[in-house]
Amino acid sequence: MLASLDRFGPELAVMVTAGLVLLADLVTPRRYRLWLAALALAGLAAGAAWLGVLVLRGREAPFFNDSMSLDNFSIFFMFLFLAVSGAVIVASLDYAPRFGSHQGEFLALLLLATSGMMLLAGARDLVAIFVALELTSVSQFILAGLLRDDKGSEAALKYLLLGAVASAVILYGMAFLFGLAGTTRLVSSDGAPSIASTIAAGDAGMRSALIFSMVFLAAGFGFKMSVVPFQMWTPDVYEGAPTPVAAFLSVGSKAAAFAVVLRIFYEGFGPRTFVGNDWKELFAVLAAITMSAGNVMALRQTNIRRMLGYSSIAQAGNFLVGLAAISAFSGGRVSLGASGVVFFLATYAFTNLGAFIAVLAISNRTGSDEIKDYAGMGRRAPVPAAVLLFCLLSLTGLPPTAGFIAKVYIFNAAVQAHLVWLVIVAVLNTAVSAFYYLGVARQMYLGTADGEPLLRRAPLATEGLLVIAAAGVLAFGIYPMPLIEAAQRAVNAFG
Amino acid sequence: MPPDLLLAAIRLEHVLVLGALLFSIGILIALSKRNAVGVLMGVELMLNAVNVTLIAFARFVVSPRPLDGQVFAIFVITVAAAEAAVALALAVAVYRHRETVNIDEIDLLRW
Repeated sequence: MLASLDRFGPELAVMVTAGLVLLADLVTPRRYRLWLAALALAGLAAGAAWLGVLVLRGREAPFFNDSMSLDNFSIFFMFLFLAVSGAVIVASLDYAPRFGSHQGEFLALLLLATSGMMLLAGARDLVAIFVALELTSVSQFILAGLLRDDKGSEAALKYLLLGAVASAVILYGMAFLFGLAGTTRLVSSDGAPSIASTIAAGDAGMRSALIFSMVFLAAGFGFKMSVVPFQMWTPDVYEGAPTPVAAFLSVGSKAAAFAVVLRIFYEGFGPRTFVGNDWKELFAVLAAITMSAGNVMALRQTNIRRMLGYSSIAQAGNFLVGLAAISAFSGGRVSLGASGVVFFLATYAFTNLGAFIAVLAISNRTGSDEIKDYAGMGRRAPVPAAVLLFCLLSLTGLPPTAGFIAKVYIFNAAVQAHLVWLVIVAVLNTAVSAFYYLGVARQMYLGTADGEPLLRRAPLATEGLLVIAAAGVLAFGIYPMPLIEAAQRAVNAFG
Repeated sequence: MPPDLLLAAIRLEHVLVLGALLFSIGILIALSKRNAVGVLMGVELMLNAVNVTLIAFARFVVSPRPLDGQVFAIFVITVAAAEAAVALALAVAVYRHRETVNIDEIDLLRW
């Protein structure tokens, strides 16, 4: 146990920093509060450095008696979560006055949620998955209601009540998986019985029980991924929660949920087993419903954060296409669907963070999230508006952005998996989504506001983040190979 | 009845049906209660149904790692307590603004 403790280092560094931030918060005078953010960033950097050293020394292996795994998949997602968390902390500096004396709590909870997500990426035991999931969720419930204002508290309470029901549903599904396999290990490296080996050796007599458990797991995780019909909380929380928290949820929480779903369904249930087709069909249907409902609801939104909420539901539908197309293998080895999901999630992280930080930079100065107040923003706040435009193009899936490559990649996987009907639905949905994404762009560049007063510039750090996000979206739109190869290596960890 | 006779009379299916009934009642309460605290009670019932199911499987299924189920149940109990604490705190925060925790009156955010 102690011999493999170093593999747990990255998570440990982030957790310990969360505690240190809370302690430092007690003794730091008010005007030095910004140093807390520096401490939190240092913790994330320490986690990333530790992870880098583990990779360089080739320490990839399962650890803690097979309940966690340090493999290419968890490494990819851990780097993603560390980067997302760092970006959100930097962006939150612009928002800090509104946190008032709660800045320490914000940072500590953000770090705890991040460590939960990192655990989630590596967990391969049902108990570990459950604990990591709750560490992430409970931190996020509190984060959503941190300002204790009217809208935020309401959003947090709704998020928590629905989230608790979803957790119970997941647990019921897990209980039946345990009953079938007699163990909570998803996979074992030493040939001991595990859920994966039970299913691989299973017969038709097990099928109904497995489908029962599968439906409960898909419903519960569907809530975390904001899949229709379990999406009710998403727009409420995105509108009511503090903007940095909404940015974190829209990217980090979604990526973590898809990571654990890939882990359970791709590594546990397996694409080639006798229940493989059952869960692929389940996700194909959910994908079609999710993207259609998300896009139609997004069309009528007047609040930009709410619109981004419905847009993130629609995007969840696109990710699900990858899960449905998981059996499209390139060269018989790499699952195009699974690597498509991972690649799409990474590009989506850049894109949606860019969009949310731009919204934060603009709304924090106009004091309004209404789309009509974005009129003339292309001239009033050139940098955030340009980045927002760019990210909206990427969310729509237009070239030369990363969103375009991701959509082409994942639709190609779906065609190879003989899901042509799903691709047709998805392309039609892309056309619908162009209406509301480009509607914001039209408002910003073609709309006019009274007098068009210039907005106060955002801090240098925020503008730097915006430029990095836009550069990432453009770079991976033109030259995506490094990221695609990393995504393919990540899913190859499942063998 | 001596204890082993009692054990012979209660089989896995009986406990699973009990778990399923508890889970259904819990989810009905969670979805139909107007009071946020009531919803929370429904959730607790669902979690306890999960615990009953886990313990039953751990007791009756022949497996190499029978303790996994009981350990899992203990984790569920612990985490549920943490979640309930946060839920009650949020309910108080909402009550300060609205003087109600009825979900159908908490409707600032919709559609």
